[in-house]
Amino acid sequence: MNQKLIEIDDLTVKFNTPDGEVTAVNGLSFALERGQTFGIVGESGSGKSQSMLALMGLLAANGRAGGRALFNGDDLLAMPPARLNRIRGNRIAMIFQDPMTSLNPYLTVERQMTEVLELHKGLTRKSALSLAIQTLEQVRIPDAARRIRMYPHEFSGGMRQRIMIAMALLCQPDLLIADEPTTALDVTVQAQTMALLRELQRDFGTAIILITHDLGVVAGLCDEVMVLYGGRIMEQGSAESIFYRPSHPYTLGLLGAVPKLDHEGERLVAIPGVPPNMARLPAGCPFSERCSMASERCANERPPLVAASHDAAVLRACHRDVAEVGQQKEVALS
Amino acid sequence: MSTVMNERSSAPTPALPQRGRKEQQALLSVRDLHVHFKVRGEGFFPEKRVLKAVNGVSFDLYPGETLGIVGESGCGKSTLARALLNLLPATTGQVVWLGQDMSGASGADWQAVRKNVQMVFQDPLASLNPRMNVSQIIGEPLRTHRPELSASEVLARVKAMMVRVGLNEAQLYRYPHEFSGGQCQRIGIARALILEPRLIVCDEPVSALDVSIQAQIINLLKDLQKQMHLALIFIAHDLAVVKHVSQRILVMYLGRVMELADKHELYANPKHPYTRALLSAVPIPDPKLERGKQIQMLSGDLPSPLRPPTGCVFRTRCPHAFERCASEAPPLEPVNEHSQAACWLYR
Repeated sequence: MNQKLIEIDDLTVKFNTPDGEVTAVNGLSFALERGQTFGIVGESGSGKSQSMLALMGLLAANGRAGGRALFNGDDLLAMPPARLNRIRGNRIAMIFQDPMTSLNPYLTVERQMTEVLELHKGLTRKSALSLAIQTLEQVRIPDAARRIRMYPHEFSGGMRQRIMIAMALLCQPDLLIADEPTTALDVTVQAQTMALLRELQRDFGTAIILITHDLGVVAGLCDEVMVLYGGRIMEQGSAESIFYRPSHPYTLGLLGAVPKLDHEGERLVAIPGVPPNMARLPAGCPFSERCSMASERCANERPPLVAASHDAAVLRACHRDVAEVGQQKEVALS
Repeated sequence: MSTVMNERSSAPTPALPQRGRKEQQALLSVRDLHVHFKVRGEGFFPEKRVLKAVNGVSFDLYPGETLGIVGESGCGKSTLARALLNLLPATTGQVVWLGQDMSGASGADWQAVRKNVQMVFQDPLASLNPRMNVSQIIGEPLRTHRPELSASEVLARVKAMMVRVGLNEAQLYRYPHEFSGGQCQRIGIARALILEPRLIVCDEPVSALDVSIQAQIINLLKDLQKQMHLALIFIAHDLAVVKHVSQRILVMYLGRVMELADKHELYANPKHPYTRALLSAVPIPDPKLERGKQIQMLSGDLPSPLRPPTGCVFRTRCPHAFERCASEAPPLEPVNEHSQAACWLYR
């Protein structure tokens, strides 16, 4: 069996806050091969963004990452910054949610793009420029040779996001981390962006980690999905198993809460309660406070993440057995 | 269409589907509404330019009904909502509220209307005054519009409304920053409902919320609508959410109405090429359906609203555009009993 591109083992992110230490991410493990797309789904505060910022060494000053994250066998978390700088932006690239605030408004697109190539590839300004124009053409920016001299504010939101993607692809990274890449975009532009990501993955074999709260986007792109709540993995498995055979009450709740175009229902199945306060998580399962199936045991004893009885490729953390959750699904959808 | 409307409207009014509601008076009738902004040009000798954010919108809204308004950023949906309440002045056109033409109405006239029309905004936290506590925020419309009520009566109504929207009475003296996004939106809804209005205009009320909370707020709005016989104008960019709450849906593009249709007709049988492209672009939370579906990808970018295309504004991105589309703008006309489209394909 060949080596995985990235292997994350027991990733933990902790923050020192005035209210004490807060654990934002707790015990995340997964691995990814080239050309695969891995989805991380969760609501605000689930730790989905912080876990990826930790990989890139971009945590806030009061944050600390623990565990291991092996990229081609090297631990990203234990690396000195100088070595990490040779990897990020080069072998691992990241696309952020807001295409406006993640581009530098003072620099032309040309400068922002050539800088990356001069730094990582040692290209001259001239050859960097031609490669940058070529990459912009790949993401279908019309008239790229002229437009590259413009500033970010001169582009529409969709174009800016395409520039972000082009910038991330300049060095043909092995791994692309996309944090809510389409959330700020309109649906038609979102469809264009998703098609672009799919195409680039096909052409270059890039592995993608996609962070999103949009289950539709996950369904379109991801091979494997991880569902996070309160910084912990609730369920993890293939996209098919997560969507068609959800075995965790939270996954079930998420799927029920999304209004669907092809579904006529009077009421949405809302999850009661409010998102968790990370500083005061219950001792047991973090979802227990909002779970309709929770028992006393769920509130006090944390369920371990183990292979599911119905499908060994699925990992789940729930005291209830799969059949019980399946029954709940029947009730919820009837 | 009500008789009042026919007497009042001088401009030719577009025919609207009858829907067996001849006898019922429209709560709100909008005819050929325009909202234009003057924009400073660029360069040495700046030409005066006009941005037509809302460009000839007409529709009727009936009591208890939900009208969804969808469209992408910059299509004018929020401007339209604000013009309906005169939060932005309309350039031309009519807003008729319960038979009363509001063109040229005074501030006091609008004040009277706003007792019956309230608004819920997109950003739940930003739309609440951080220096006011919950009881002051929810009670403010009562103190403005119902000055005859005593302080204890206001407090009693605020408490009752808090329970109704799923807040706890104990939170009466808390401040907005102490609440989560979903709870802030409940406060915004309570503030809008406290006057027992006939219509609530919701501008993207759930797009800032997490999925699980979004479902709570949508269910709450639907329940309250049923209990209070409220009409809703529900503006959103998420077509699945709009479908879930609306009976009729208005699709906008660059300030114009592309299609106005009953929900089922719009989703099962979209007429306008823009509606079709929009619907096909919505990601479906089902891997097999999502990967198997055909997306009608729109080519190019949204044209600048300062320089909209001639004729039909959608023609530069429309896969079916022909000569006539460039020369003449298609009017919004009925295609069948359930839908109207502004498209030459149906003439």
